[in-house]
Amino acid sequence: MQAFLDIFDVYLLEAVINGILLGGVLALLALGLNLIFGVIDVTWICYAELVMIGMYAMYFMVQYYGVSYFVAAPLTTVLVAMLGAALHYLVIAPLLAAPPINQLLATGGVLFVLQSFATVAFGIDFRNLGIRLPVLAFGEMHFSYARLLSFLAALVGMVVVYLFMTRTFTGTAIRAISQDRQIMALMGVDTRRIYLITSAIGGALAGLAACLLVLQYDVHPFVGLSFGPITFLICVLGGLGNFIGGFIAAFVFAEIISLGGLFSDLEWGYVLAFAFFIVMMFIRPAGLLARRR
Amino acid sequence: MIGQGRLAAWGIGLAALVALPFVYRDPYHLHILVLILIWSFAYTSWSMMGRFGLVSLGHGGFMGIGAYVTALLWNHLGWSPWIGIPVSMVAAGALALIVGYPCFRFRITGHYFVLVTLALSGIVLQVITATRDYTGGSLGYTPNRTAGNKLLALQFDDKTTWYLIALGVWLFGIVVWHWVDRSMARYALEAISEDEDAAAAAGVDVTAEKLKITLLSAVMTALAGAIYCQYQMFITPDTVSGIAVSLQMVFAAIVGGLFVSLGPTFGAVITIMLAETLRIGFGTKAVGWDNLVYGVLLVLFIIFLPKGILGSVLDRLKPQRKVSRAHEQEAVQIAGPGT
Repeated sequence: MQAFLDIFDVYLLEAVINGILLGGVLALLALGLNLIFGVIDVTWICYAELVMIGMYAMYFMVQYYGVSYFVAAPLTTVLVAMLGAALHYLVIAPLLAAPPINQLLATGGVLFVLQSFATVAFGIDFRNLGIRLPVLAFGEMHFSYARLLSFLAALVGMVVVYLFMTRTFTGTAIRAISQDRQIMALMGVDTRRIYLITSAIGGALAGLAACLLVLQYDVHPFVGLSFGPITFLICVLGGLGNFIGGFIAAFVFAEIISLGGLFSDLEWGYVLAFAFFIVMMFIRPAGLLARRR
Repeated sequence: MIGQGRLAAWGIGLAALVALPFVYRDPYHLHILVLILIWSFAYTSWSMMGRFGLVSLGHGGFMGIGAYVTALLWNHLGWSPWIGIPVSMVAAGALALIVGYPCFRFRITGHYFVLVTLALSGIVLQVITATRDYTGGSLGYTPNRTAGNKLLALQFDDKTTWYLIALGVWLFGIVVWHWVDRSMARYALEAISEDEDAAAAAGVDVTAEKLKITLLSAVMTALAGAIYCQYQMFITPDTVSGIAVSLQMVFAAIVGGLFVSLGPTFGAVITIMLAETLRIGFGTKAVGWDNLVYGVLLVLFIIFLPKGILGSVLDRLKPQRKVSRAHEQEAVQIAGPGT
């Protein structure tokens, strides 16, 4: 008991707050994936690789062409959005009638393609932006501005998507399709156009996440593997396609990783998160917020 | 049922394969053949589940357990692989049951099942990396060379022995595949993969049938990992575990053909030859190219040829077989969450 009380101090608080900050970016990633799942009923296994491409785009724009970060970020977002739309158009659209598992495996192939494309084109070196944001000291706790900025930007991104989904006609159509995809075509909604738009939004969210992650992490071709699986787990834990569930699950996961990392290595944080996930699958197989059937 | 002609063809083919290392001794080519056989066994193990719509991305985890448990028991406790391999297989089987039971009991299928198993291979990869004091982390791990009995340590220097071991293991995999193919379980599993509710209504114990095939598949995959470790004498988390290995299995099985016994083997031949050709042709410049080609092929195959090369060729040769295998027309059919 004493040992438990000893750790209850500023470090714990710092870890908790860092977890919340991490949760913001994870929630953003989960939102993009959930959106695509909810509307198109497809899981993009290669979602994290889109983020990786976005991170490279940021790196090259900022480091090589000297574009300002705040100019490069929207460009990257647009670029990855286009990538998302292209992914849908080239890979998912021909497979829409195929069993869902084939679509998932096809995006697994795209994962290979993007990863090795990055290896071939950019090499396997670790690269970073070289921007060192100051560290914010608050009492005895330290937070990096990069995380704070990411958290805020992720929140803004999510609010924008929320407004788009609730206040515009297209957004309403997207939400309607996720409820019943057969009937919407009869209501005069062009499902193909909606799918393409949704894919672009999903891509844009990946692009935004890339702009934020590149501040904190080095870019290399396999960076997607370090946060890709966790994003899927968040979506499944929240219930695939359930936006609010994904949002909550992102913070739960981030806290587990952050607190696990406090007591031991970061990997153990991940192990704990994975184990928690599997235990949760026993208890709530259809996601955190699923209604009992 | 295997006819006389096919049985004879198998016999001749096998005799040729057994005789090969005694006639042809090029160590490099034998090395490639051993790798092909070991990976074929792993891919075959995967496809035993995969052909029934149980697409698992957790097999990288089972393979990692097979390789690492065997090596760790040997290095730290001095247990011979003859004990270590069964222990690792039991460990993988236990893990498969722990993860499989809730999945099947609570009817986690389709996307959910894939992502849960993805978590599984993620866990194994992270555990191996996190326990770097014992496993060497991402730098890899080498079983100690034995000073004593080579047979006891299952460490052989000559390729011919390894070739015969790998051939035996591979043959075992093919035999098990056929055994499943001809068992009642196959019909039960096919029924499940088409419609779980209907299968359950017809008296199929859905959870038990799925668990059995998962257990078998996981245990065999662990064996593949252990054999790979003993052969290569060097393992890293990335080569035997994790999502990349899992995807590689899926890819090879699909390219070769998921629904025919030699499909995964064919997939292994294609993928390994492709990687080796690129490696030799382009040298160090080829880093990444093989996966690039894999990825493009995987996408193209799933779109245009979901039954794989061998599966499609066999179908072309024997159109009458389509009658009894109608469910394969739709490749891996899984009840989506919406149904």
